[in-house]
Amino acid sequence: MKDGRFLTLGIETSCDETAASVVADGRFVMSNVISSQIDIHTAYGGVVPEIASRKHLERINDVIGKALDDAEVCAKDIDLIGVTYGPGLVGALLIGVAAAKAMAYACDIPLVGVNHMHGHIAANYLEHKELEPPFMALIVSGGHTEIVNVPDYNKCEKLGGTRDDAAGEAFDKVARVIGLGYPGGPKIDKAAKDGDPDSIAFKRVYLEQGSLDFSFSGLKTQALNYLNQERQAGREIDVNNVAASFQEAVVEVIADKAVMAAEKYGQKRIVMAGGVASNSRLRALITEKAGSKGIDVLKPSPVLCTDNGAMIASAAYYAYRSGVKPDLELDAVPGLEF
Amino acid sequence: MKTICQSIRKLNTEDDTRAFGLEIADALEPGDVVALIGDLGTGKTALTKYIAEGLGISEEINSPTFTIVKEYRSGRLPLYHFDVYRLGSGEELLDIGAEEMLDGDGVCVIEWADIVADVLPEDSMAVCLKYGENEGERIAEFL
Repeated sequence: MKDGRFLTLGIETSCDETAASVVADGRFVMSNVISSQIDIHTAYGGVVPEIASRKHLERINDVIGKALDDAEVCAKDIDLIGVTYGPGLVGALLIGVAAAKAMAYACDIPLVGVNHMHGHIAANYLEHKELEPPFMALIVSGGHTEIVNVPDYNKCEKLGGTRDDAAGEAFDKVARVIGLGYPGGPKIDKAAKDGDPDSIAFKRVYLEQGSLDFSFSGLKTQALNYLNQERQAGREIDVNNVAASFQEAVVEVIADKAVMAAEKYGQKRIVMAGGVASNSRLRALITEKAGSKGIDVLKPSPVLCTDNGAMIASAAYYAYRSGVKPDLELDAVPGLEF
Repeated sequence: MKTICQSIRKLNTEDDTRAFGLEIADALEPGDVVALIGDLGTGKTALTKYIAEGLGISEEINSPTFTIVKEYRSGRLPLYHFDVYRLGSGEELLDIGAEEMLDGDGVCVIEWADIVADVLPEDSMAVCLKYGENEGERIAEFL
């Protein structure tokens, strides 16, 4: 507690980023440290993601220290620690969980485990100070494409998810085969602006009537087949047209299903989260489709769309306030579901 | 890995892929490693789904590209489903703690196994997936 504000330290190590943040009263970001930003020069040296748990281990103490320093607080000011305990890479998760447990034990601070996906949703509480449940959440990222009903702060009901590839993953893979490189999402987004989304008729995959699940694997194969066929026929491939048509096929289905879910559950707001929530075409299309039904769309700024500690701190704050018991026996759960 | 070509199998339809996956699953024992090699879209994840079905796994199997590995425990044997597309070498696979899984109580199915071939057990079952002549057709080759 400092100046009458409840301080939560959030720690996130589920995948590539080592991140920590101090958040006041669950809403106000006092510091937000993400290791790939500290090492921005080296991180851009290569495309190989630093996923090794060893890398997290090398950085975790510095990242937590910097989060406290940036917020101008010390460990004894912290009222609560929240840490991602799943889903994610087991070796990576363990580093964050172990660091959080050690600090909680040594400084006698309550510790709660946070589901990484709840964290993505909570990113919106930091961005939109007035936002409160209920709402419909759409989480779209490299590893997830999920529609989640959020009736209350600590309640999440998954209504649908991908049956094969996540949306961001499909973007990455197709970007690679058309020579746009990594990261595929932003590159396709950019190329698509100069392309015609109707130039290639990629199929929209809606699955069974009323289903809120997604499938992007077939679309990826369709794009590959198209490229092969054009190359065999000796025709030149217009990368911008492929990017625009492919992107349209992905985002149209996502937007339709998110709006369908909101209508079905009577939600007046759709809250976006995850890295692909930064895709400009998805933002525009979902805003348009939802708007025509009187549904608002909220989205966090790009820095809060990526993995970060602040969203974990916010989710931890609301979990703790909802009565989740602190747990020093916390363990990593790589396959954690909603 | 074994490198002698033993057999070639045509997978003309989804049903063929399913039958192939179920057959592989039947033959699996604890500690086995299935190394899947093949370009984007050749059906590595699809084949893994059917191997999982054959093991009696009830959970949805989706792509583990972003977490590198997903673990499923609802079947006859635990399944560790790897996708090492984002890794640069076998050493990075060991960095994430894969050794325990490769040498563990369950079976490993590894997509893009050629990237990490240097750290896979000698007796891994390597399956190479390729595009067939017609759209939708695939060829599986045991290496």
